Amino acid sequence: MSATIPYEYKYLRSKKRFPHVWCPGCGIGIVMGSIIRAVDTMGWDKDDIVMVSGIGCTSRMPVYVDFNTLHATHGRGLVFGTGVKMANPKLNVMAVMGDGDALAIGGNHIIHAARRNIDITAIIVNNNNYGMTGGQFSPTTPPGARTSTTPYGMIEPAFDVCKLMDGAGASFVARGTVYHVTELDNMILKAFMKKGFSVVEALAPCPTNFGRANRLGGPVEMMQILKDNTINISQLKAMKPGQTDGKIVRGIFVDRDSISYMERYEALCEKAKKAAEAKK
Amino acid sequence: MIVPWGETRLVQGNEAVALGAVAANIGFFAGYPITPSTEIAELLAQYMPLLDKKWIQMEDEIASISALIGGRLAGSKSMTATSGPGFSLMQEGLGYACMTEVPIVVVNVMRGGPSTGLPTQAAQGDVMQARWGAHGDHPVIALAPCNVKECFELTIRAFNLSETFRTPVILLPDEIIGHMRERVVFPLKEDVHVVPMPVPDVPVEWYEHYHESTSNVSPMASFGSGYRYHVTGLLHDKHGFPTRKENEVIAKMERLKHKITRRLDELEDVQMHNVEESPVIIFAYGSVYRSALAAQAILKKKRKTVGIFRPVTLWPFPDRTVKEMLDSKDVILVPELNQGQMIHEVERMTRDSVRVVPLHRIDGYEITPEEIVDAVMEVI
Ligand SMILES: Cc1ncc(C[n+]2csc(CCOP(=O)(O)OP(=O)(O)O)c2C)c(N)n1
Ligand code: SF4
Ligand SMILES: [Mg+2]
Repeated sequence: MSATIPYEYKYLRSKKRFPHVWCPGCGIGIVMGSIIRAVDTMGWDKDDIVMVSGIGCTSRMPVYVDFNTLHATHGRGLVFGTGVKMANPKLNVMAVMGDGDALAIGGNHIIHAARRNIDITAIIVNNNNYGMTGGQFSPTTPPGARTSTTPYGMIEPAFDVCKLMDGAGASFVARGTVYHVTELDNMILKAFMKKGFSVVEALAPCPTNFGRANRLGGPVEMMQILKDNTINISQLKAMKPGQTDGKIVRGIFVDRDSISYMERYEALCEKAKKAAEAKK
Repeated sequence: MIVPWGETRLVQGNEAVALGAVAANIGFFAGYPITPSTEIAELLAQYMPLLDKKWIQMEDEIASISALIGGRLAGSKSMTATSGPGFSLMQEGLGYACMTEVPIVVVNVMRGGPSTGLPTQAAQGDVMQARWGAHGDHPVIALAPCNVKECFELTIRAFNLSETFRTPVILLPDEIIGHMRERVVFPLKEDVHVVPMPVPDVPVEWYEHYHESTSNVSPMASFGSGYRYHVTGLLHDKHGFPTRKENEVIAKMERLKHKITRRLDELEDVQMHNVEESPVIIFAYGSVYRSALAAQAILKKKRKTVGIFRPVTLWPFPDRTVKEMLDSKDVILVPELNQGQMIHEVERMTRDSVRVVPLHRIDGYEITPEEIVDAVMEVI
């Protein structure tokens, strides 16, 4: 962990904005660490980075990082980001969102961002519930789970974020966890390198709400669950039927080269101008 | 050349809005189609790629206004166009833009409401939503054109005011104005005043994203220009970081209010005809003002003098001028394409002895000069 100390000073608003708001054992800070390491590897200038977010515990992240930061309204991080990217395509835009932010109130925006293939990296911290408002269910709450609004257990099926994003047309789709940090660093890095719309879902514990409501133990036990209940996509082949039951698969599911929205828009301008020239 | 500078053309109100936006140097448009505003989006979809400007059709109006705010933060003058149902969805973004002091322009071509209402017909039912649609106390600037030429001019003014006051500006043509066609003599380019996006000139470490004085706004840096700052809809300090400190919260809220109320002179825009000499006044705005002018002419032939008071800037309401000019009148007739909205403002600014009389039309059609004449004859 000592390796992270230099990053604090370079990328965090370390003097002013800390201590942060997150609970002890919360997974969101680990995702922030991964983002910072990936940014450092990319070698981006801080002036050229925009981090947008919606509302929620996850969406508090922008206040801590020394980029151009935009803490928008609930669910809208991606659409604020779309405006930023269109107005200044040179900026590297990332959107950090909670599962509720990204998939419930922002669900319409994320499928269209993926379909458009807008040049933004979306990082979704999936803690299976609405952390900020006290642990209500979200579109990723597993069936049967207890939350403050499912006192008798969740009756709705959950979204598979990665399948959804694949179907909607994202260029890059991956799922990691905050237990498998090196893997997560690498996924976020690859997402940053990808043009078009890239998505990383990071599974993270919310010990305060989801953990307590489902008697999952404290932060350590919840980390253990991430370790035990997930498998890497590369392990899949070697496993026998039945062995994978109930396991969540980690890995890069989509990595395709497709023309991004900004590329298509640029081509459109050229086409329009040529047509106008020809008319003259 | 998209704007026909110096030429005379027959143009539609919505078309004039689109041309006004180009004249004001729009850099980004995001919208969602809705009658009766759609021509604005369609024409800009045609114009903007030719100028290497950005245009996008978003998945809904919440997305549209959110994208606008992002676009302006990244350094492009931004506008959207919508109508009632879409305007309702935009209230979230309007509140955010007010709070974060991001200049954007929102055109709401007013149709009959509530809900889907009368999609193709005129109304002035959104003037109060324009003022109070977003939650919480917030400043609002709204302008209502009465003809096609004004659609062009007031769109430019909307951009200028939004940059000057660092706040969203709402343009409120009613459907009649948006869809009418008139001959317009376009000005010469050099005669049109376009406020450029202000940029800070202080060293990065001195930059304050929000000004501390009550009647000023500081030039807003764009993302990517080297001034890194934080933007949030939470109550924030002068650097943009969230705060709950009483003095900082109060300072921000007071400033949001006073940056408008202490500079009313730059915002007020009223037209008055025979107001001083007439004990009877017609208070009208938008398309209804046109009928009021025609009614005044008819009444003149009948040797009846009435005055006309027309606010061009609807918000902030011209409190002082209304008080000064109308408080000693006998009767004020307030014809509106709604069940009575601005009439409350007129009543608020006049003493009880002034008879303030409504005239409503809510079937989607215009208020005719004859209706106004009849109403005047009834009250005098
Ligand atoms: C329009 C709107 N509706 C509701 C809320 C209240 N709210 C704030 S955060 C949140 C959910 C956050 O959950 P998630 O997106 O999963 O983020 P987390 O806190 O778990 O990181 C809700 C419902 C809000 N701020 N705005
Ligand atoms: S409530 Fe949950 S998600 Fe929010 S900070 Fe606490 S642990 Fe993290
Ligand atoms: Mg969550």
